[in-house]
Amino acid sequence: MGSFVNDADNLRDTELRLGLPGTDDAAPEKSSSSPSTARGTSKRALEDDDDKKELSSPPAKAQVVGWPPVRSHRRNNLQVKKAEVEVEAEAGGLYVKVSMDGAPYLRKIDLKVYKGYKELRQALDSMFKCFSSSGEVSRKEGCEYAMTYEDKDGDWMMVGDVPWEMFISSCRRLRIMKGNEAIGLQSRA
Amino acid sequence: MTEEDGGDGEENKDVEARWWPPEAADGGRLGEGPSGSGAGGGGGGGVLADAPPPFSDQVLENVLENVLQFLGCRRDRNAASLVCRSWYRAEALTRSELFVGNCYAVSPARALGRFRRARALVLKGRPRFADFNLIPIDWGALFSPWLTAMVVTHPWLERVCLKRMTVSDDDLALLARSFPSFRDLTLICCDGFGTPGLAAFAEHCRNLRVLDLIENDLEDEVDEDVADWISRFPETITCLESLSFECVDFPVNFAALEALVARSPSLRRLRVNQHVSLGQLRRLIARAPHLTHLGTGSFRLELVPGGAGDLNAADLEAAFLASNSLICLSGFREIAPEYLPAIYPVCVNLVSLNLSYAVITAEQLRPVILQCHNLQTFWVLDTVGDEGLRAVAKTCKNLHELRVFPFDATEESEGSVSDIGLVAISGGCRKLHSILYFCQRMTNAAVLTMSKNCQDLVVFRLCIMGRHRPDHVTGESMDEGFGAIVMNCKKLTRLAVSGLLTDKVFEYIANYGKSVRTLSVAFAGNSDLSLKYVLEGCHNLQKLEIRDSPFGDAGLLSGIHHYYNMRFLWMSSCKLSLGGCNEVARRLPHLVVEVIGNFPNELDSDTVHKLYLYRSLEGPRDDAPPYVRTL
Repeated sequence: MGSFVNDADNLRDTELRLGLPGTDDAAPEKSSSSPSTARGTSKRALEDDDDKKELSSPPAKAQVVGWPPVRSHRRNNLQVKKAEVEVEAEAGGLYVKVSMDGAPYLRKIDLKVYKGYKELRQALDSMFKCFSSSGEVSRKEGCEYAMTYEDKDGDWMMVGDVPWEMFISSCRRLRIMKGNEAIGLQSRA
Repeated sequence: MTEEDGGDGEENKDVEARWWPPEAADGGRLGEGPSGSGAGGGGGGGVLADAPPPFSDQVLENVLENVLQFLGCRRDRNAASLVCRSWYRAEALTRSELFVGNCYAVSPARALGRFRRARALVLKGRPRFADFNLIPIDWGALFSPWLTAMVVTHPWLERVCLKRMTVSDDDLALLARSFPSFRDLTLICCDGFGTPGLAAFAEHCRNLRVLDLIENDLEDEVDEDVADWISRFPETITCLESLSFECVDFPVNFAALEALVARSPSLRRLRVNQHVSLGQLRRLIARAPHLTHLGTGSFRLELVPGGAGDLNAADLEAAFLASNSLICLSGFREIAPEYLPAIYPVCVNLVSLNLSYAVITAEQLRPVILQCHNLQTFWVLDTVGDEGLRAVAKTCKNLHELRVFPFDATEESEGSVSDIGLVAISGGCRKLHSILYFCQRMTNAAVLTMSKNCQDLVVFRLCIMGRHRPDHVTGESMDEGFGAIVMNCKKLTRLAVSGLLTDKVFEYIANYGKSVRTLSVAFAGNSDLSLKYVLEGCHNLQKLEIRDSPFGDAGLLSGIHHYYNMRFLWMSSCKLSLGGCNEVARRLPHLVVEVIGNFPNELDSDTVHKLYLYRSLEGPRDDAPPYVRTL
């Protein structure tokens, strides 16, 4: 098996898990108990598939934006259904809107594309760095902006407070707030 | 049937010329000012302002107008407008529906100035790949400028249809208030508005007949801000004929909805969202027994304990039995399959059935589909598998359009339908015009079989979800299969390719796909030759969208002779550079060449990530966001 070490694995090891055990982001989704179809009749095709999977499929292909070309409306709707079928934690937000205080434009991102908070922050940094007045937004200390999100219940939380799994299943939208406003949120936690 | 990506179907739609105003013969035609080529489809060349024609000519023009009013199809009208100035003027005054395929191709002032008596506006904005998150949501395509212009110039406006445009709540309010005759609003894949806008619209639009909201992306609102828009329709008897709100994903005030249906005697099309339960649906059907189109909402029982109680399946079936006008069914958003038999009474009359949100198996589908002898349009989830498609093929001999959507829309998914299902369909549904098929396993042989059996194919869109997947039996590329399609299906105007593909397939498309107008390419081809073939060979090509394919500047430049004939070209994640794009912009001054970056700094690099170019009479637009540069 190819070694495919990613930051998410490291992060996951050290994370306190509050969610249901056994929900593993990197695991292939093919343990799904899809409704029984007559796939059994095309036995040869199935065998070919298994062979192919072992020989050539990379461990976890990087997700490609917008592929397969299914509209997010349909994709989100069925994502919820899939979660119900597989009896997993409900997969709520996939594409979420991201706004930044002071920036006139909203963006939309797919949370499924990122493996953890680090990647998410990187992506948001590169997406919005042109808008921050001081140029480089330092992640290490004295951040001028703080990342917050609105969860399923309508509450605004700091990004990073909860385990990644829980975050992506409950995040409805993201907002990059000015640092002084975010302090109120932080002290609440 | 809802118009989820109607593609070329919309282009060919004939338009009835309605309500030609009796006073049109006289006056008002002086000094129309310089007007350029036609809006949207490409009309005449520049026509200069001139003095009013002499009297005898005026008589002729009156006669002409009387005749031209009957001309419906916009392509015919464009042709008529090119005959001479007289015809140009007469046609402009008798065009009742203004279709603008790219809202940036022409300015509101120019288009509205030419077609002064238009009563309907159809506008399309963003390119289709915006649906797949390839364009940030604030890219543009605002309805506002068109709206504010029409408030002044076209107070008689009756109908608006927008696709992939941004419409604000304020726009909706202004729309409802400014046009006393307004009656039809259709929004497809739009965004920018929410329930407050709908509320304002419902309240102020007194003569509303059609409100169709299809696949729109409504603004998320916290619960307190969600407006009870259904309650805002006028209290009196309404003229509502069609109400579709499947995409409005907020709970709806059911009592208000039921009351609205009860006081809308002309209602024939009702499509509710998934927050309407089966019990509630039954009540709605009872209120509106003459419905022709029904969107069934969740199609499951109340989830709230102590809700409507159990709904007797027999009661539901009786309700459907009484609805003997139903020809189109959709919804089934959270289907409780045990209630599906309730629709048996209407199956034989169904022309259109959309089960694409219903997670059902072949066994659950079979008893339904075996009764749908008259079905022409069928949308379904791949959970029904090849077996389910066999059942479709067995019964639906008049099927014109089939769409098979993936339950699991990821690359690594198992995929439940395959070449077997495709062959079955092609064997049974010989009259197929249009197919969209998502799968993971396909063979050239199956595609070839379809190309031979279904010679009437106009739209062929095959999406093999795993990238670069070859024929799963032979291991070869899918070139031959798609090649067969373009060779054998002479009426083909729209094609989407997928799977492992080399330059060869594009050579086939160029040589045989002479009628192709829309081509979608992803993860395909080996070199610039592919693009060169297509741009040089497909003389009727109007819309070309390409992603993640190794095409560079040489390929791009080979289309310079053709770009003015196209509506647009989209290329993302290819191998383009600023140099090539600049060259195109330099040589084609009436082309708007937009380079889109993920953030503005990206625009300085030589690599072009996303290119969107389109012909326009107006030059660069003034509402482009910072991450778009127009060359």
